[in-house]
Amino acid sequence: MSEIQEQLRRRVAELLREGTVDLFIGYADASVPLKSSVHVARSAQDAEALVWNACCTSNLAALLPDLLKRPSGFRGEWTPPRVGVVAKGCVSRSIVGLIKAHQIPRDAMYIIGVSCGGMVDRHRASRLLGPAELVEAEFLKGDRLRLRATNGLEREVDLAEVLLGGCRECGHHNAVLADESIGDPIPPDDDIARFADVQAFAERPIEERWQSFQEEVSRCIRCYACREACPNCYCTECFAQETAPQWIGVTTDLSDLMLFHIGRAFHQAGRCVDCGACVAACPQGIDLRLLNQKVNHDVKSLFGGDVGASLDEPEPLMRFEMTDDEGFMTEP
Amino acid sequence: MTDLTKGRGERGAGWEPRIVAFLCNWCSYAGADLAGVSRIQYPPNVRVIRVPCSGRINPLFIVKALQSGMDGVLVSGCHPGDCHYISGNLYARRKFALMKSLLEYVGIEPERVHFAWVSAAEGIRFAELLLGVIETVREIGPATRMIKEIETVR
Repeated sequence: MSEIQEQLRRRVAELLREGTVDLFIGYADASVPLKSSVHVARSAQDAEALVWNACCTSNLAALLPDLLKRPSGFRGEWTPPRVGVVAKGCVSRSIVGLIKAHQIPRDAMYIIGVSCGGMVDRHRASRLLGPAELVEAEFLKGDRLRLRATNGLEREVDLAEVLLGGCRECGHHNAVLADESIGDPIPPDDDIARFADVQAFAERPIEERWQSFQEEVSRCIRCYACREACPNCYCTECFAQETAPQWIGVTTDLSDLMLFHIGRAFHQAGRCVDCGACVAACPQGIDLRLLNQKVNHDVKSLFGGDVGASLDEPEPLMRFEMTDDEGFMTEP
Repeated sequence: MTDLTKGRGERGAGWEPRIVAFLCNWCSYAGADLAGVSRIQYPPNVRVIRVPCSGRINPLFIVKALQSGMDGVLVSGCHPGDCHYISGNLYARRKFALMKSLLEYVGIEPERVHFAWVSAAEGIRFAELLLGVIETVREIGPATRMIKEIETVR
């Protein structure tokens, strides 16, 4: 990891010095354990703060539309800045999706691809410590992690135990679109059981599913951090805040929370790359992936394709086949 | 949106299922119209909302109808290949497949949400379809899930 970090800092410093990019988006250390913050480097000196470790959970593609799109009210010819970005597999797939959705221009970006072995789910790590709060985390040799809680409790775990759900089932460790790459590519693990969580949940009786769904969404405080963290949520007006019609009432009613979560998951259809940025961003530790992956599973099994893998293939919900499945219909 | 939670029923004496039907202007609505002018009887449990095309139906309409206390939802449009706008129903079909599956996954009874293609010539079939849908919803009883309990200020 640290070798990749060194190379990244060096290359970013060079790119900024040469003027290949005006600014570079990467990660920097955060003030809380197992998190990172977004870092924008504008000079070679800034590049020194860049980090690359197993806490780089946020999806940097989410920042690109705001940086590259013509600001509303801008007059005259808009030249976007040259933006560099470090992209792990999922981030690069989100970038592909955004290019296809005409949200960002390909030529304005310089993408450094980094192969990624998975990111830590801080909620999962925190749960290992029981009710006490996580105050310190230290990466040890051999992909081990030492966690320390407020009550002094210490635990050492394998990194693999605390990875984000999406990282455990990752099929794209390497960037699918990059101008250059750092680090050796990681081969895909073909024998991973994908969608295991979704299948397990779907097999439970409907009453239990309803109970779990209620419990899960009832924790939501509607901070919309999941939306802010998501590269697919670039709408200027989100359905959650629309007033005509008002999809989601400003109430404490559980049904309004359900509507938000169903709507949010549904709007990801055919676009979610399972990067886990929403899960990592959620302050309440809601299992957002439970819904995301359900939609991903259905999109994959009904319409096929590999989200964000190619610039040429249209998104699943922007195309159709005459022979699409009608098994869901009462009377086709 | 009118407050549909008013007069929500409980299973037992006098309860009748309330179903909202989103019908496309060119086929299903005309099919319902044909049933009407042909004097074909079907129970009055359905509230019809006419939409220009099944592609116009935001899948959130379905969720919103359930939240408003409807016991069932029927969505209907032109048969594949017959869409007035060529492919609206084919795009819609993909969205509906996902929404139906997602609702069942989170615990909404699958019997509440129905999809069907009905052409303008299928008046009798439309009446029969409704009889079937109404019966299915009647069997599972009044809706209890995802209904908004707080009265909305308008």
